[in-house]
Amino acid sequence: MAIEKLLSKARRGYNFAFLDEKTKREIRRKTLKAVAIPGYQVPFASRELPIARGWGTGGLQLTMSLIGPQDTLKVIDQGEDDVVNAVNLRTLIVKTTGVKTTADTARATIVQTRHRIPEEGMREDQILVFQVPYPEPLRIVEPKERETRRMHAEIDYAKMWVFLYENIVKWEEITIGSRYPVMVEGRYIMDPSPIPRYDVPKLNNARTLYLFGAGREKRIYAIPPFTEVKPLEFEDHKFRVEDFKGKSCQLCKSTDTFLNELITGDGRIFRCSDTSFCEKRRNNPDTPKHLR
Amino acid sequence: MGYVAVRGGLEAIENAERLVKYFRVKGDSRPIEVKQICEQFRLAVDQVMAEGSLYAPLYAATALKQAEGDTIEASFILRALGASLPRNHYAVVADTREMEIIRRISAAFKDIPGGQILGPTRDYTQRLLDFSLMDEEASEIQKFKDEFLTGLSDDDPPDFPKIVEILRQEGLLEEPPPKPVEPPVDITREALKFPAPRSARLQVLARGERGGMLAIAYSSMRGYGNIHPALGELRVGYLPLRIRHPWGEGTVYVGRVQVTEAEVISVHFTGEKEQAPKFTLGYGLCFGHNEIKAISMAVLDRTLRSVQPQAPAEDEEFVLYHIDGIESSGFASHWKLPHYVTFQSDLDRIREARKRKAGKDD
Repeated sequence: MAIEKLLSKARRGYNFAFLDEKTKREIRRKTLKAVAIPGYQVPFASRELPIARGWGTGGLQLTMSLIGPQDTLKVIDQGEDDVVNAVNLRTLIVKTTGVKTTADTARATIVQTRHRIPEEGMREDQILVFQVPYPEPLRIVEPKERETRRMHAEIDYAKMWVFLYENIVKWEEITIGSRYPVMVEGRYIMDPSPIPRYDVPKLNNARTLYLFGAGREKRIYAIPPFTEVKPLEFEDHKFRVEDFKGKSCQLCKSTDTFLNELITGDGRIFRCSDTSFCEKRRNNPDTPKHLR
Repeated sequence: MGYVAVRGGLEAIENAERLVKYFRVKGDSRPIEVKQICEQFRLAVDQVMAEGSLYAPLYAATALKQAEGDTIEASFILRALGASLPRNHYAVVADTREMEIIRRISAAFKDIPGGQILGPTRDYTQRLLDFSLMDEEASEIQKFKDEFLTGLSDDDPPDFPKIVEILRQEGLLEEPPPKPVEPPVDITREALKFPAPRSARLQVLARGERGGMLAIAYSSMRGYGNIHPALGELRVGYLPLRIRHPWGEGTVYVGRVQVTEAEVISVHFTGEKEQAPKFTLGYGLCFGHNEIKAISMAVLDRTLRSVQPQAPAEDEEFVLYHIDGIESSGFASHWKLPHYVTFQSDLDRIREARKRKAGKDD
């Protein structure tokens, strides 16, 4: 991979993984707190990075605080490994750590992601780090942080339920596309980051530790393995994922993956958003999505 | 399929970097020297140091050169640099009465002890474009400097008592705030919580983006609020800084920084029913010579102390969460990143909702 050539200049003048050790320790402490209280947003003193706020600085700080020389890193944006933003973040981590990178989900020890959970099931020995723009799921119904913190403390989620109900009354459908709010262990409503609804069921009872970092908003939260995570829904209006019925990936022919709609000269085509998995399927159409 | 086509992202990034450099140097003028920016773009350098929250004129000038004059971008570069530096000491609380003044005015009183010192200001000059600057000669500048510097006294500037102290002695102002806690809250080490302690609030304001602060402060001055400021005193000068002696007794002088300080008196009466009414004070202080920012900060410091916040400028979260230029510009520009997965989800929702509506209409 071309990133390798940057390694010669690696780490000059910077600590391993850019952040100083004290900062990493603080982030790890806050992460432990987040793991101990699934779905609760832990404030942390987010550092300024040489990457712009809003471009993955929360996820990046989590990855930097966790990564060691033996790790193998995968960074994706929209499910892709090779798009410019993923490359930029990966380059910074590689420059300051020299770790190995991979596009293969199964081989990574840490996966940092924006907007997707990989198609391939992840294991106990892996960590998935999410980049989060809005850590507060209640922000759509309440702009004030003081108030939303109170609402969480008192499990006062009525406004959220009313919002969803009114959506159905007005539009006959819940209008939230991505960032679909979930209930964690029956306690906290949580923003799963802007993953599609298609990925939401993967949060429930997963084998992998999920960590969420919001750099600009200065919050860390977590879903530990084997935690109950349920999308908000009504008995008579169930949560629904994106509908790709009758569509398949133009490249690997899969009919069971999240697809991106592309506009070409002669109409719409669909392709897997998880490019690394798509490649695996092209080599072996029987590649399973779920762990056996 | 713009984004999709961007594969092998590394090469694309490298090419973009080279293009940026090309656009900066493509003209045939000589490369601008950092020292020139530092000396001749004084106010831009000051703005970048304040918003970048790092007092380093030469680095700020370099960042301005790198950012082709974009102050938010330059502040971001400086802020990121500062975040990677260790914090060895906190200065002891400085007393601005010790400032070596280059400018000092009060709009509240005509005559003030120590006098009104206009200093370097454009306030009373007409904003006519000076065409002679298009071909300024070094010899001409030298001649001006020789003339200007002849016969200037090199006496130390006199002491200037604070105007607000006079009002305070008369009992017209609220009591001075309690002695600051040391070390103060450090907003780069602790996430902001609400209600924010005043030291945290002043730190956020001191490194806020000038345009953003001006807009919100202006909304209050103009009518969305009830502050009615009078400028008690505005000072520009050099402030000596000290730290605790690392192993011995007392403090050690470590250098001085240029700052602008504004004290705004709110002539809106406050006080309980039984008590005599008082004026209240708003305080602004920022790195460098930046009067608009110091005044905006002082107004916002005052609006944020409103007992019953009503206008946006009086809402602590609204102001403090939205004035940081590095955060707001970062988020505003992140919309340039691909969002096609989330957009796919949105498309799915609207198609579904339209289908349901259509089904009903049939």
